[in-house]
Amino acid sequence: MGAFIINVPANVSLFPRRRESNFVEFRKCLQTWIPACAGMTMLVLFLGIVGNALAQSAPQKFPGVGRAATPAEVAKWDIDVRPDLKGLPKGSGSVARGQQVWEAKCESCHGAFGESNEVFTPIVGGTTKADIESGRVANLRRADFPQRTTLMKLAHLSSLWDYINRAMPWNAPKSLSADDVYAVTAYILHLGDILPADFVLSDANMAQVQNRLPNRNGLQKYTPKWDVRGKGDVTNVACMQNCKQEMKITSNLPDHARDAHGNLAEQHRLIGPVRGADTTKPAPTAPLLARAALPAVAVAPTPRGDPPPAVPSGAALARKHNCTACHAQASKLVGPSYAEVAAKYANDANAVSKMMEKIKIGGSGAWGVIPMPPHPTMTDAELKALAEWALRGGK
Amino acid sequence: MPTKYPESTVPAQTGRVLKAPEHFLSQAQIAEVQAGRRDFLRGVFASALAGASATAGVAAAQAAGVSGFKGDPNILELPEHTTGLGSPVAALGYGTPSKWEKNLQRRESPGLTRVSAASVSFCPLQGLFGIITPNGLHFERHHQGWWDIDPSKHRFMINGLVRNPKVYTMDDLMRLPSVSRMHFIECGANTGMEWGNVAVPTVQYTHGMLSCCEFTGVPLSVLLEDCGFDKVKGKYILAEGSDGSSMTRTISMNRALDDCIVAYAMNGEMLRPENGYPLRLVAPGLQGVSWVKWLRRIEVGDQPYGSKDEVLHYIDLMPDGTHRQYTSIQECKSVITTPSGGQTLLDKGFYNVSGLAWSGRGKIKRVDVSFDGGQNWRTAKLETPVLTKCLTRFNISFVWDGSPCVLQSRAIDDTGYVQPKINQLRAVRGTRSIYHNNAIQSWKLAASGEVSNVQVY
Ligand code: HEC
Ligand code: HEC
Repeated sequence: MGAFIINVPANVSLFPRRRESNFVEFRKCLQTWIPACAGMTMLVLFLGIVGNALAQSAPQKFPGVGRAATPAEVAKWDIDVRPDLKGLPKGSGSVARGQQVWEAKCESCHGAFGESNEVFTPIVGGTTKADIESGRVANLRRADFPQRTTLMKLAHLSSLWDYINRAMPWNAPKSLSADDVYAVTAYILHLGDILPADFVLSDANMAQVQNRLPNRNGLQKYTPKWDVRGKGDVTNVACMQNCKQEMKITSNLPDHARDAHGNLAEQHRLIGPVRGADTTKPAPTAPLLARAALPAVAVAPTPRGDPPPAVPSGAALARKHNCTACHAQASKLVGPSYAEVAAKYANDANAVSKMMEKIKIGGSGAWGVIPMPPHPTMTDAELKALAEWALRGGK
Repeated sequence: MPTKYPESTVPAQTGRVLKAPEHFLSQAQIAEVQAGRRDFLRGVFASALAGASATAGVAAAQAAGVSGFKGDPNILELPEHTTGLGSPVAALGYGTPSKWEKNLQRRESPGLTRVSAASVSFCPLQGLFGIITPNGLHFERHHQGWWDIDPSKHRFMINGLVRNPKVYTMDDLMRLPSVSRMHFIECGANTGMEWGNVAVPTVQYTHGMLSCCEFTGVPLSVLLEDCGFDKVKGKYILAEGSDGSSMTRTISMNRALDDCIVAYAMNGEMLRPENGYPLRLVAPGLQGVSWVKWLRRIEVGDQPYGSKDEVLHYIDLMPDGTHRQYTSIQECKSVITTPSGGQTLLDKGFYNVSGLAWSGRGKIKRVDVSFDGGQNWRTAKLETPVLTKCLTRFNISFVWDGSPCVLQSRAIDDTGYVQPKINQLRAVRGTRSIYHNNAIQSWKLAASGEVSNVQVY
């Protein structure tokens, strides 16, 4: 009997929560209410014998909560593709088609050859023919190699396919057809000299192409840091006294970086045992109080209970709507800099309404062939704030 | 002043308000000042105006040996808030921090990322107390921007190796039995800039991809049971977000059943949009990227999924050029938050040195602190509660004699693992791995009272 009780919480789904406490509950029940529990005990005994299969067809534990997912719902959301290619949809795309997709939808952020550093680390570069043979990217061993591109690290072709399919283009994810995902994946591999120019990538040959990935043998599954009671790979000992003979500073921030993160005085509380260092000034030579007095604190009084402004500032809106992905204040990114926009329309009386329209419906031609995406859900007030802000040069 | 109350209930004004600075200087001092001791005047005047730092001004006045010091003007002159009427209830429908606290903000590290919608903002650990992170200061890491999703339209699905693939609404999930548990969340890249050398000035930037909340939601095990998951073949789950990145991460079934929570609340209120409103996965002890936000789906499978953020990122580059994958558990780590880099101490004398310790494997057992760069250590006091996979606050007394020194903390968890030195980590992993740097942090305290980020190993 005892053996069954212990068996129960481990195998049966009647009590899916914490094991010990279920056990205790169950025992309490047995002790205090044996007759009423008898039926349950019998059931448990029975289940303990037949195990999972039957437990799963036991009556619903939470009647009325949740419902069955329909096949169409599962199909719509379950889009992941695993390294063994489970989940890969049928389809195909050529390198040539991939180039078209790339130039229209990817190049603006990642560069013509996937080499751009502007928005993200480069996708292509750093792999060789020899790597394709060995399945290990040699440059990963070099401490002096400047960066790790996507193709240098990629071990499963599925990861690239799946990610483009679910998340790219960054500002319009899930807009590519399966065929175009095959095509643009093929084009990226072509840029990396992994596939020839006339290649057509498809669900039928993904597994073969996997065997050409330069870093396909470069991953190790490291389990000690997946197992909660696993052992670390580094062993320190908790020495308490005379642990180390000499103390030497091996690294510190150079003086010229003193204000690289802004004025640290403004990033600390105004009271307490410490203050933020005033990094607008050179490092001091004496503690604060010895310097006679603390700097005055200036906090602009805010009227009590003022509601926040109805429309956030242009800068806040630009951050919110990711305009910053393509525009900077002074330098051209994907789109023109705000300084350029301000200069161009300095004498245009209708500039605000024109810009509002452009931000809303998007389009190309004013600055080049790359289109700006539309922002159809923005309110007029937001559009106006953004347009005026852009026309002030993003200030 | 509002006068809608009867005259008699308004506190009477006592005495006349004098103009600063004369109101706390004696005639003799004024004469001294006029005779040229202007430096002293400026210091005291500034402090008196400042209010917040006026105690220091008084200390300065005392230290300067001013004779006839009558007392602190902050005591002698009753301020407006003591003599007037304050704001009404519900002036703020949702309260905000004091205007004096506005310096403590989430901040980006300049130059770290190129676009702000795939970036990180760091939590101001230098200003926090205890172990709970206020919701508005919780660190952020998004890969494709954040959204404020209509909760009535949010759906959560479980499919894969389950007998009954199911869909739940938020109503469904919030009807189910819930748990509330306190856990830390740390990004795998926390302290990642410091593998080769010191790179950033303050604890906000060295350790601020760390937060800790009380999360409320349904244990994932309950939901997996509800769908009848395959206990034989189901070895992994995939968690997927509903944002543009539809972030996916594989989690071992063993972790999933242990203590993962499908959570809708943090610190007593619903999740904040930046933290996944209305639903996120809480995966205690695992690196933050596994805590998928805007959670829409869990799939049960028999193999890992090899998603972009477990094949191309959140992998540790080893010296031999291989990458370690699935290094998910955040190992034992600690850091002193007061005093810490970028701060300056008021003066010599007593300080309560305070910091945080945590481990993805369980509870913190002990924290030792060194004041001489790791030669000698004293054991700090752990404040309660000390919970599993949760931040633990430690405190230790320190009297600073004004000489330069180097402060460190070293945590030990209940598996007996001792937080390592950076040179020990480098000996195994090199300097290019980016992720999972749990090294002992050193802060140098200079004779000037300024604290800076250094490495000594
Ligand atoms: C608006 C800018 C933008 C556009 C357009 C864009 N991307 Fe991206 N891409 C990004 C950003 C930003 C990231 C990094 C996202 C992150 O941090 O998770 C990224 C990441 C990637 C990655 C993963 C790289 C890695 O190593 O993690 C691939 C592959 C990729 N993009 C392919 C594409 C393809 C293919 C297209 C066109 C169909 C495209 N991108 C269009 C901005 C863009
Ligand atoms: C995916 C990249 C991208 C994003 C995101 C983006 N833009 Fe643009 N933007 C462009 C490009 C490209 C152009 C140039 C279009 C052209 O040549 O007509 C442009 C042009 C503009 C112009 C000048 C229009 C003109 O006709 O001269 C303004 C103003 C502007 N953007 C504002 C914004 C604002 C505000 C946002 C955010 C709400 C934003 N952009 C988001 C790419 C982008």
